[in-house]
Amino acid sequence: MMDMPLLSLLVFLPLIGVLFLCLIKGGQETIAKNARHTALFTSLFVLLLALMLLVQFDPSDAGFQFVEQLTWMPSLGLSYHLGVDGISLFFVVLSAFLTPVCILASWTSIKTRVREYMIAFLVLETFMIGTFLALDSFLFYVFFEGVLIPMFLIIGVWGGERRVYSAFKLFLYTLLGSVVMLIALLTLYFQVGTSSIPELIASPVGRDLQMWLWLACFASFAVKMPMWPVHTWLPDAHVEAPTAGSVILAGVLLKMGGYGFLRFSIPMFPEATEYFIPFVYALSVIAIIYTSLVALVQEDMKKLIAYSSVAHMGFVTLGIFSMTTQGLQGGVFQMISHGLISAALFLCVGVVYDRLHTREMSKYGGIVKNMPRYATLFMILMLGSVGLPGTSGFVGEFLALLGVFQTNIFVAMCATTGVVLGAACMLLLYRRVVFGSITNNDARAMKDVNKRELLILLPLVLMVIALGVKPNFILSRTGPALEKLQLHYEAQIYKDTGSYNNE
Amino acid sequence: MDYIAVFTPLVTFLFVGLFGKSIGDKASQFITCAGIIVSAVCSVMLFNDVILHANSRILFLSSWIDVGTFSVEWSLRIDQLTVVMMNVITIVSACVHVYSVGYMSHDKAKARFMAYLSLFTFAMLMLVTSDNLLQLFFGWEGVGLASYLLIGFWNHKESANAASMKAFIVNRVGDFGLALGIMAIFMIFGSVNFSTIFENVQAHTGDVIKFLGHEFHALTVIGLLLFIGAMGKSAQLGLHTWLPDAMEGPTPVSALIHAATMVTAGVFLVARFSPLYEYAPDALMVVTLVGGTTALIAATIAMTQFDIKRVIAYSTMSQLGYMFFALGVSAYGAAMFHLMTHAFFKALLFLGAGSVIHAMSDEQDMRNMGGLWTKIPVTYCLMWIGGLALAGIPLFAGYYSKDMILESAYADHTWFGEYAFWAGIAAAFMTAFYTWRLMILTFHGKSRAPIEVQKKIHESPKIMLFPLMVLAMGAVFSGAYFYDGFVGEGRTHFWESSLHVLPENDTIENAHHVPEWVKSLPLVMGVSGIALAYVFYLFFPVLPSIFRKIFMPFHLLFYRKWFFDEIYNVFFVKTARGLGKLFWKRGDKALIDGLGPDGLSSLSHRIGRRLGQMQTGFIYHYAFVMVVSVVGLLSWVFLRTNGGIL
Repeated sequence: MMDMPLLSLLVFLPLIGVLFLCLIKGGQETIAKNARHTALFTSLFVLLLALMLLVQFDPSDAGFQFVEQLTWMPSLGLSYHLGVDGISLFFVVLSAFLTPVCILASWTSIKTRVREYMIAFLVLETFMIGTFLALDSFLFYVFFEGVLIPMFLIIGVWGGERRVYSAFKLFLYTLLGSVVMLIALLTLYFQVGTSSIPELIASPVGRDLQMWLWLACFASFAVKMPMWPVHTWLPDAHVEAPTAGSVILAGVLLKMGGYGFLRFSIPMFPEATEYFIPFVYALSVIAIIYTSLVALVQEDMKKLIAYSSVAHMGFVTLGIFSMTTQGLQGGVFQMISHGLISAALFLCVGVVYDRLHTREMSKYGGIVKNMPRYATLFMILMLGSVGLPGTSGFVGEFLALLGVFQTNIFVAMCATTGVVLGAACMLLLYRRVVFGSITNNDARAMKDVNKRELLILLPLVLMVIALGVKPNFILSRTGPALEKLQLHYEAQIYKDTGSYNNE
Repeated sequence: MDYIAVFTPLVTFLFVGLFGKSIGDKASQFITCAGIIVSAVCSVMLFNDVILHANSRILFLSSWIDVGTFSVEWSLRIDQLTVVMMNVITIVSACVHVYSVGYMSHDKAKARFMAYLSLFTFAMLMLVTSDNLLQLFFGWEGVGLASYLLIGFWNHKESANAASMKAFIVNRVGDFGLALGIMAIFMIFGSVNFSTIFENVQAHTGDVIKFLGHEFHALTVIGLLLFIGAMGKSAQLGLHTWLPDAMEGPTPVSALIHAATMVTAGVFLVARFSPLYEYAPDALMVVTLVGGTTALIAATIAMTQFDIKRVIAYSTMSQLGYMFFALGVSAYGAAMFHLMTHAFFKALLFLGAGSVIHAMSDEQDMRNMGGLWTKIPVTYCLMWIGGLALAGIPLFAGYYSKDMILESAYADHTWFGEYAFWAGIAAAFMTAFYTWRLMILTFHGKSRAPIEVQKKIHESPKIMLFPLMVLAMGAVFSGAYFYDGFVGEGRTHFWESSLHVLPENDTIENAHHVPEWVKSLPLVMGVSGIALAYVFYLFFPVLPSIFRKIFMPFHLLFYRKWFFDEIYNVFFVKTARGLGKLFWKRGDKALIDGLGPDGLSSLSHRIGRRLGQMQTGFIYHYAFVMVVSVVGLLSWVFLRTNGGIL
């Protein structure tokens, strides 16, 4: 079993699926039908592999596991280097889990260029998993930026009316950020002489250089996160993206920013991290309050969820940069939990959008009458998003705040107001869409969730509850790696102050 | 037995919630009622075991969250305080479950309603049995959720939806305090487990919390933060606006959640933290002041309302104020005593009001009632019992507990204790007055209802009256029977270590030795309040309108509920929406997008056009640009290698 290159399989299996997709022949209908089945089968197989990874993963080991290393460009010292640790493990599983969900969610709603659509999703899966598994900074960069291409196409080709504007906005923002990051990675490479992430972590550069490199990486990760004020691409992208696009965007893509902080910014530039903590705190608190207030006045369901996502990500950055055990764990947990909840919420929007073809809240109302099962599922997810104890949303949010509270009470207090505001906008959404009396005659004829929709929503809902009651399943696996990160960070900071004292 | 008591409601909730449609209404009602009765029986047995045999225990269920030093478990803490709460909850809940079978007989979603009631009961039991703050928070939010679902039960009504949302969000404001309190406790004590906290309180009495450059006494800060949470849940002044609106829910819900159990969670929280509050006298002072003021103001509002349920709702708020100032003067036992008696007689009053509303074809305005007592005599008698208990007439339960609270406040001998005492005395007078105002407007005089409603007036079915009788028993006997254990000689043995009072703060002991006039004043107030109500509403019905004219500004202030809703609406709701719009249109769209992507794209558009003009087609132009660029690049590289710039 150990001989099987599990991680490479995870990364490249979707591409094999793509190969098969390209080979499909026949009429329009046959291609579409076969493409759906092939893509689903491939993604389910990847999920199976991801679950195998989860089972075989050793929770007590804080380092990288299943490491694979091959020389890639020997002259430059670049290598194909994969590995998984507690930080990346669940992001891989999340990506592998959400891809089949997305494919099922697009089963009937995507009618044009089905084959190309499925190819885009499988390529996206490769890049996503690759990003989380790469242990070489250039390999990481290739995957990290590669994600943008299929995402750009998914929004730009299968999106809504203003899809081109949104797609370009997304591209512009992320590209600007990543160009700067590329410079940072190049500088690191020339300075340290290696592109291997573990080695880069082990050999930190000087304090001044750290500052610049930190800022450069921050530009890229903050856009992905997204943090205020570089968040405005997200609502537009969500609104125009097809349902599955939104799901993957909210579910996985936003987590790449947080992952980047944990993999690059904090361990490689610890001194700069310490220096910039107040800056990150400020941006996060603004994000939480500002975007919650903006979410409150939205008319478009997807926009509302998108804005509240930005607020949720604010809790993530707060938690991570509190650099306390609880904060780090809470940040990571919040990302995974948000990956499930927001993905499911976008699916919920997709369910009613498929029926009424509008995302305007005022067009809905009173649908609980015809769709009781939908109302129940949506309710649980809404509560998860609000952070009700017993759902996964609570654990992440609370731990993150607990971490911040120990370092800065004022920041924690401001951020906690987001709990009130967040509740207000989600309840408003639910009330306007699900409760009330039916005003729109078309809404009267809407049918409850069908089997396919139940099949994709129910696992998500169950996981949200299960992780709320037994979060230790994740926490015990992410714990050692994050503890190692924290110790590494503290050692670096301490070393610095120690030398200060000596002088 | 412990597990059966706590988890039966969860099982029935899940079963009926999932399969309610397929097993039908009758079966759903039977299962949920049976479940809660089983739970109630177990609770009574626990009462015997834990209190009479002093056998408190903590049962470990499972781990929950382990992060570094932050370790929380799912567990059940079965001690004296818990068991008292469990009995109140399960007995009242059982009555309400059975009552609902009759009350909701015309409703379509019976199974859903019963499932929600069971969910609420489970969450409330989790709240009171928790052994750490986080599980308490789970129950705390769980009851909030059940309350939200039940207030908005008739979700086709806009007003019900607005009320349920308001309840959730105002409670969230309280939770904001509670959550910060939990974090502060973790920071100071390194744990959120009750045992650890209470054992180490004395070691932390000198601790300070630094906030914005100032130092604050840690225990006081914690006490105040927890109290903010309690204020939200228990509808204390400032965070009370949701409670009257919550009357949009079906009446059994109002009785169970918004009178007997959930709203007392705040009282329970403070009582549970008595070991901590004892060392935070400033926090206790705030609790006393807020409690006393709430008791007074809520009573003034209750005197002027016409909706029968709202009168009782404001009465509940006022009585909760009593409980809080009892806590504030360290008379925890007295607060818990009043909590229990109040649960019985207030649930009785609410369910009685429900019976009236049921008889009146869903009419709630007392101006359209009157003359009902001959038509629904059983309800009338039961309401009398509830009213007498609420007004604090001897032999009825409320007399014992309310007197005890007022005497304790007097015996505290501090300025705020004195304040609370007089506020309580004034409120006691008003309580009796508005209760009999309610009784007379509803049951006496000529009927003011439309003819078609009058024809349909009927006594409620037995299934609704029986639970009322059970509660009436509690409203009559619970005061005299439990007096000794809760606040009398047997109290130390009764509570054991679950309540903690410093010897110098033992106001209950002092309360037994207050002057005679203090002991009799509440009764005098109660009787004169009743008498005045008779004068006003039965003998000289013109008097209310005359008084209304004379005291116009006061009446307006009371009638409009001291304008809390209007003020909050302007300050919070409108401001939040305004800021949201501002940030969105000006911030996101104009500023960030304007300078960012949209600005860049229009900029690049312009530059592109310029560049287009530069593409003249002449080779030497291009060559020139190339040469200049190469020179520029090279010089940059040289400068760099020479260490010139970088």
